[in-house]
Amino acid sequence: MMAVYLIVIPLLGALAAFLVPADRVRPWIVAAAAAMHTALTLVIVRMRGKDVYDSSWLRLDSLGRLVLLVISILFLICAAYCVGYLHVRANRPNRIFCTALLGFLGMTTLVTLAQHLTILWVAMEATTLATAVLLYFNQNRRSLEATWKYLMIGSVGIALALLGTLFLAYGALLGLGEPTLLFPDLVRRATRLPVPWVRTAFVFLLVGYGTKMGLAPMHTWKPDAYGEAPGVVGALLAGGLTTSAFLALLRIYRIVDAAGQGRFARELLLFFGLLSMAVAAALMIGQRDFKRLLAYSSIEHMGILVLGIGIGGAGIFAALLHVINNAFTKGVLFLAAGNIHRAFKSKRLEDVTGALRRVPLSAGLFVAGFFAITGSPPFGPFFSELGVLIAAIGSHRYIVGALYLLLLALVFIGMGATVLAVVLGVPPDDPAGSAFRDSASKTIPILAALGLVLMMGIWIPAPLSALLHAAARFLGGS
Amino acid sequence: MPPIADSILILLLLMNFFILGTANLRAAIRAVALQGLLLSLLPLFVESTLTFRLVALVGATALIKGMVIPALLLKALRDVHIRHEVEPYLGFVPSLFLCGVGTALALLFADSLPLAPAERASLFVPASLATLLAGFLVLTTRRKAISQVTGYLVLENGIYVFGLLLYQAMVVEVGVLLDLLVGIFIMGIVLNHIQREFSSVDTERLSRLRE
Repeated sequence: MMAVYLIVIPLLGALAAFLVPADRVRPWIVAAAAAMHTALTLVIVRMRGKDVYDSSWLRLDSLGRLVLLVISILFLICAAYCVGYLHVRANRPNRIFCTALLGFLGMTTLVTLAQHLTILWVAMEATTLATAVLLYFNQNRRSLEATWKYLMIGSVGIALALLGTLFLAYGALLGLGEPTLLFPDLVRRATRLPVPWVRTAFVFLLVGYGTKMGLAPMHTWKPDAYGEAPGVVGALLAGGLTTSAFLALLRIYRIVDAAGQGRFARELLLFFGLLSMAVAAALMIGQRDFKRLLAYSSIEHMGILVLGIGIGGAGIFAALLHVINNAFTKGVLFLAAGNIHRAFKSKRLEDVTGALRRVPLSAGLFVAGFFAITGSPPFGPFFSELGVLIAAIGSHRYIVGALYLLLLALVFIGMGATVLAVVLGVPPDDPAGSAFRDSASKTIPILAALGLVLMMGIWIPAPLSALLHAAARFLGGS
Repeated sequence: MPPIADSILILLLLMNFFILGTANLRAAIRAVALQGLLLSLLPLFVESTLTFRLVALVGATALIKGMVIPALLLKALRDVHIRHEVEPYLGFVPSLFLCGVGTALALLFADSLPLAPAERASLFVPASLATLLAGFLVLTTRRKAISQVTGYLVLENGIYVFGLLLYQAMVVEVGVLLDLLVGIFIMGIVLNHIQREFSSVDTERLSRLRE
């Protein structure tokens, strides 16, 4: 029963944020709701699903617990950052922004709980709408353009996912005699689903939820959205929204795999994974805008996630581990990039050099985040990215492994050039002068995220490890 | 399926061509509204017993797809004071031709899928896919933001047709409709802001964000 509060708390918080008249108070409501959400999540995850709301529509399985944990902690970090950030941006009204933030948390939580394909879809669509509002925080021409593109591309993607959902239901109607859309039900009787409908449904759902993840070639909204949104929104999108879309895809994959079409699904995932990595690598080289750079990095890592699943076996465990690592590292990168953006009032390399001198702590965290995400030890992503490689070799997919390694190297070079140009050198003389400098409220949350990334590399707590293994087994991996 | 349902579906397909072929934005929105009203009648032919759910679904669809959303769009059209021409990227003749090809392909593809005996002869599946394609065409080939929303609505109408095959299972159709409504509402707000910022709802102006 307790898991329902995970949705109720953020939604009540959203209501409170909407009703409170003072701009100063609202960020604290967001932070308080986030803290309660994380505390409750930790309690529920520790119970391992024994005492959770157990209806056929909402249930917290191991996969849901894993993603919920990641999203809840990331949101807490972002909410803590928001307190300082919205103080700096006090000239902007934040009523709608704070309401949408908590609405986003409530709806992503619903995604993790949903055991019914249509509930899952409705929740994903609701996150799309909440995100559109968040993207428009700056209310200028550029953010308007980004929001419009996101709305149109995201809406079409989510519409295709709905059609895929209906295809699957129709398959169930033909094969099982009743159009069930409950995941456990579909998995249990998957062998009786007609193959053409399963395959068609998977293609539509992959394209639909893949659009929300930002897999190439459906990624075109991503650089604009991440480039124009505040850093904290970028962090929530790259670590939270994309993760919940990946969860949706994993749930579908489980049905398709149970229907005996796992091989077909994995081939497609391999293709989209490598394509996403290749597109990201190509567009990262020579990138002059460091927030767009992070968007391409996000496309790359979504590619790694689906590649891990596409390899199967040990790759599934590595992909799930990478879900955690990617989310927290993206938190570090986007929040640090947001600080640098503020300090220079620009995100183009022409104006931004010598960040280490102007905002040493943020720039240092940005560099650390860069090394972490590109797979340098001792940070967490090193192990999950290595895990994907080992799984590729272990399953004798040498070409996939070689391409993967090559693309990782290309990304390292392309991303490194831009990151170093941002942090090294001498800051330009800035007659307008940005008063923004490092401060505790806007760096401690980033330090916490980096601490988690480091922890994932050095020591994975035993309960978390058990949860990861349970979730991997749940998906038919090891 | 009774022949009336198929007649409605054929009307729906003809509306697709009309929406793609008309140069008048207002007429296109009215056509989408008519599509919405036609769709709202379809559940009556899928389900024979008159239940509360059936009435609610027919009412909600007619209200949301046939009236509220088109009214919102027409209001947006009045507010932004734009010329009411569609201005496509792709000419009318090529887009009508593509729509025709798409409709034919939808018929072929639907034929290759295993269908329940009741639906094998009816037009539900091909009409759904063809409408989806037509919506996608409108969405991608039109310059004005309002036209793109119109295309999105046509696309959603196509999906709705398929959803009717699953009448028994679609427990949350109203949730889906509400999502659509909120989505269009937000699109409307963004449209308004685009108009205010750019003095135009021409998406060609939305081209600052490039590599």
